[in-house]
Amino acid sequence: MPNTLIDIKNLFKSYWRDSIEIPVLNDITLEVHDGEFLALMGPSGSGKTTLLNLIAGIDRPSKGSLTVSGTNIADLGESALAKWRSQHVGFVFQFYNLLPVLTAFENVELPLLLTSLSKAERKKHVELVLDVVGLGDRMHHYPKQLSGGQEQRVAIARAIVTDPTLLVADEPTGDLDKHSAEEILVLLDRLNQEFKKTIVMVTHDPRAAERATIQRHLDKGELS
Amino acid sequence: MKIPLKYTLRNFKSRRLTTAITVLGIALVVFVFAAVLMMAHGIQKTLVATGSQDNVIIARKSANGEISSIIVRSDYNTILTLPHIAKSSEGKPLISGETVVIINLPKRSGGLSNVCVRGVALEAFTLRPQVKIIEGRMFTAGAREIIVGSSIAKNFEGAGIGKTVEFGGNTWTIVGRFDGGGSAFDSEMWGDNDQLQDAFNRRGGYSTVTFKLDQPDAFNAFKAAFDREPRLQQFEPKPEQTFFAEQSENMTLFIRILGIFITIVFSFGSTIGAMITMYAAVANRTVEVGTLRALGFRRRSILSAFLSESLVIAFIGGVFGLLLASVLQFFSISMLNFQSFSELEFSFALSPSIIGWSMFFSLTMGLLGGFLPAVRAARLNIVNALRSA
Ligand SMILES: Nc1ncnc2c1ncn2[C@@H]1O[C@H](COP(=O)(O)OP(=O)(O)OP(=O)(O)O)[C@@H](O)[C@H]1O
Ligand SMILES: [Mg+2]
Repeated sequence: MPNTLIDIKNLFKSYWRDSIEIPVLNDITLEVHDGEFLALMGPSGSGKTTLLNLIAGIDRPSKGSLTVSGTNIADLGESALAKWRSQHVGFVFQFYNLLPVLTAFENVELPLLLTSLSKAERKKHVELVLDVVGLGDRMHHYPKQLSGGQEQRVAIARAIVTDPTLLVADEPTGDLDKHSAEEILVLLDRLNQEFKKTIVMVTHDPRAAERATIQRHLDKGELS
Repeated sequence: MKIPLKYTLRNFKSRRLTTAITVLGIALVVFVFAAVLMMAHGIQKTLVATGSQDNVIIARKSANGEISSIIVRSDYNTILTLPHIAKSSEGKPLISGETVVIINLPKRSGGLSNVCVRGVALEAFTLRPQVKIIEGRMFTAGAREIIVGSSIAKNFEGAGIGKTVEFGGNTWTIVGRFDGGGSAFDSEMWGDNDQLQDAFNRRGGYSTVTFKLDQPDAFNAFKAAFDREPRLQQFEPKPEQTFFAEQSENMTLFIRILGIFITIVFSFGSTIGAMITMYAAVANRTVEVGTLRALGFRRRSILSAFLSESLVIAFIGGVFGLLLASVLQFFSISMLNFQSFSELEFSFALSPSIIGWSMFFSLTMGLLGGFLPAVRAARLNIVNALRSA
């Protein structure tokens, strides 16, 4: 059995709105191992994004333990957590979230600015991952000069450029046509198979979920 | 740690109009700020240029200007006995007892203004080598003739050569025009001292006495001798440059305080303008901030990115305002120096310290305007920021 990368035990999460507690996640227990590709499914509002955000270290649990690659997220302070994210997590968003004023190259370079790599090394890394996603010839295009599928590939390049252990993707194909969605899924599949990335993907699309090695369902904050 | 500056700069391009308006608002305030300081500095420069380092001027202690000072003949003769007064090659002391009166003349721009008329001895031209006749001729001793400074010729009606001026119950003919080398003398009329004393019934005495030191650094030695002379206790000698510089002190202080007060009031407007622009920038880029934070950029990187954005706007505004203000250097204006009660022409003058203060002022506006929006951006909750897509 490979190592446990994500270890969630009896996790609760609720939000507070006007001093009313809104429970979102209810006693979640989940293990994800190195190299797995997990698809999280479930109806709208069931808490998928919330769970993903917790795993990615941009939100904090209300109760329970959450360990990702040996680090207890709750133990880290604000800036230690930021550093941890930059080293361990690659983000893929539904709407790509590229910075519109930066070129594809510059967008992908961003996470590397948080490392100690030299400019020349950064260039090498960026070119490499842009080649992996098949956009080596679009490096100097701005996001608005790219199609949605191409934008998402740039975003994936940005997510893998620091070589993180974990990729989190929140409905990565949610805004794409069938053909582009297929390309993105093939790419994620390849990152999982060939590059051994652990992937947690939230999706509504059963065809996307088929790509995953494990499927889990959330409903009203409960995992099944 | 570091969000690249090009991110900041390119965001300007994506919202050119708001950026341009904000820059313009700051530029205008900096322009007014710099212009006021340049005005005060110009007046100061003109008056400093009026005095020479090695001339000494003696006036009544209580006098706050030349016109309120009187030195009678006997005191003048006592002054002549003091050491360190330079002599000409013929052995004559280089000293000029001068009578200063103020007359009214019509300005070309309309209205009357005060003009300083100075009765001088011929030595006055040796004492002030910067004063040179550039048109016509010197006045003749013993005649009701005057010569006018170049600013007077320019700014006053009927001050040309050959014209006559009425004052002191007499008619005076303008026979020459002189250049005072950018000093306050440019804004004066000079005539024969005896004639002027005659016309104004001032036979008894001079207004001030100016002489050249025999050595440039002899002032303290002279002052020591002067202070030991009991008959001269109601008078005070000063280096000429200091004396004239003091004539601008109150005036320039007043201009500076008024100007700074006005620009600070204006600056609220442009600071709030910068703040609105920056709040809009933060609101428009909330998702970007959330994304950057998710990638691992820290709060303080976000803070400095937005702060530097407003500082860059302020910097450009400051440079722009200063460029506009520097054009003023080509203009000179003539106005009443209420300290000497007479007309003074001067140019707006820029100095390194004015540039420094103007930039400081504009960057302060940028800092104040950008601070709260930058704090808001830095404090955004990552999850909420990402949700606002
Ligand atoms: N910051 C927040 N403050 C208050 N309530 C929140 C917050 N974030 C999420 N919620 C609530 O938590 C519940 C789960 O939200 P979440 O975004 O995790 O659902 P989801 O499964 O991702 O839904 P979707 O499929 O629509 O993306 C929702 O009811 C949502 O309104
Ligand atoms: Mg969601």
